[in-house]
Amino acid sequence: MDTELILKVYPYFLQAAVVTIELSILTILLGLVCGALGAAARLSRLAGIRFLGAAYVSFFRGTPALIQLFLLYFGGPQIGIQLDAFQAGVIGLGINIGAYMTETMRGAIIAIDRGQGEAARTLGLSRMQAFRNVVLPQALRLMIRPLGVNINAQIKGTALVSAISVVELTYTAQRYIGSTYKPFEMFLLAGVLYLVIITTVGKGVAYLDRKVRLP
Amino acid sequence: MGLDFSVLPPFYGTLALGVLWTVAITATAAVLSFFGGILLAVIALYAPIVIRLPFRFLSWLFMGTPLLLQLFLIYFGLVQIGIDLPAFVAGVIGLGFHYAVYNSELIQTAMIAVDKGQMEAARTLGLSRRQALIKVVVPQAVRDVIPPIGNNMIALLKDSALVSVIGVSELTLSAQRAIGQTYRAFEFYAVAALLYYVVNLGMEAVLRWFENRNRLYR
Repeated sequence: MDTELILKVYPYFLQAAVVTIELSILTILLGLVCGALGAAARLSRLAGIRFLGAAYVSFFRGTPALIQLFLLYFGGPQIGIQLDAFQAGVIGLGINIGAYMTETMRGAIIAIDRGQGEAARTLGLSRMQAFRNVVLPQALRLMIRPLGVNINAQIKGTALVSAISVVELTYTAQRYIGSTYKPFEMFLLAGVLYLVIITTVGKGVAYLDRKVRLP
Repeated sequence: MGLDFSVLPPFYGTLALGVLWTVAITATAAVLSFFGGILLAVIALYAPIVIRLPFRFLSWLFMGTPLLLQLFLIYFGLVQIGIDLPAFVAGVIGLGFHYAVYNSELIQTAMIAVDKGQMEAARTLGLSRRQALIKVVVPQAVRDVIPPIGNNMIALLKDSALVSVIGVSELTLSAQRAIGQTYRAFEFYAVAALLYYVVNLGMEAVLRWFENRNRLYR
């Protein structure tokens, strides 16, 4: 174990960890938006919109995220989409995790007893009111833990943008492995930082889940 | 620069070979992750604490860090300690071990759920602890978690694209090579996505067949 080397390079890893955190936050926010839209589409009354939602989920869950990222970043300019690596990473991975979140959100919504929506409608609430005031609050509670799983996967998923040269944790570790030939030390440094981020977020999700869970 | 799919045909062979390597690496890693998962689950539940704790630490480490980083560690790290593995083997070990950890979590839960009476009955019938575990408890536990393990295998197929970064000539790297010669990124990545999608559908069909075959009540 080369501690001297670790002490010398760790500031660069900390900087990279900040980029990983930025990427995580932005992709997760975009993923939540896409997930909400996707879930709404998949539960729509219109068959055409339901089909669009299903196609979105099927494509993005059926192909590797890495290929989607390459398609956007390297193939995008051919169809008039010019993005820098960071933007492509956020948009590509955000839309990707959104497909997984679509299914999480849809699952939570359909897990709520149908009688809840029906009872609300019988009491005179409109379809929208019944959904917003009766079904959704109950479904949100069920979503927290599975969304936490998606979020955990996405934090690790940000490592993919190293393949399009965004200087985040994995890219930094890879570069230092190449220049120092000390893979274990570099893995340890990056690994500890990933674990800190993931454990912190995991605790946050668990806290939120405990707070809103029914007694 | 618009789209021109006529650049594809000369590379059909390259892409087909890429698909074969993707299937090969996925299948090998899937088998490794399945049996590795069982082994890790048995260790986690039955091994003495001095063996259990290091394994638990490793599992935690591998669940909390990105697969891509682990692949770099295995490919470059083992060279450092004098083991020079071909990229394919390093890729299989990385993917296989990563998913073995995930499978082990599922199998552990299922093993705990197997009625205690099963183990007791097997022991009463004269089976050793090891025999009872391998022949009675594990098969029942594994059968219960075949569908979620199948989901992990689908994820493994998609993550097999990551081994392109350590130089395994599977589908993603094959597409990249073709792009290196033609500068047609969109066309080749789109067709790679399509091919992954098709392999994915095939794999889902295999998993469904396997699930039905192993269902307790038909």
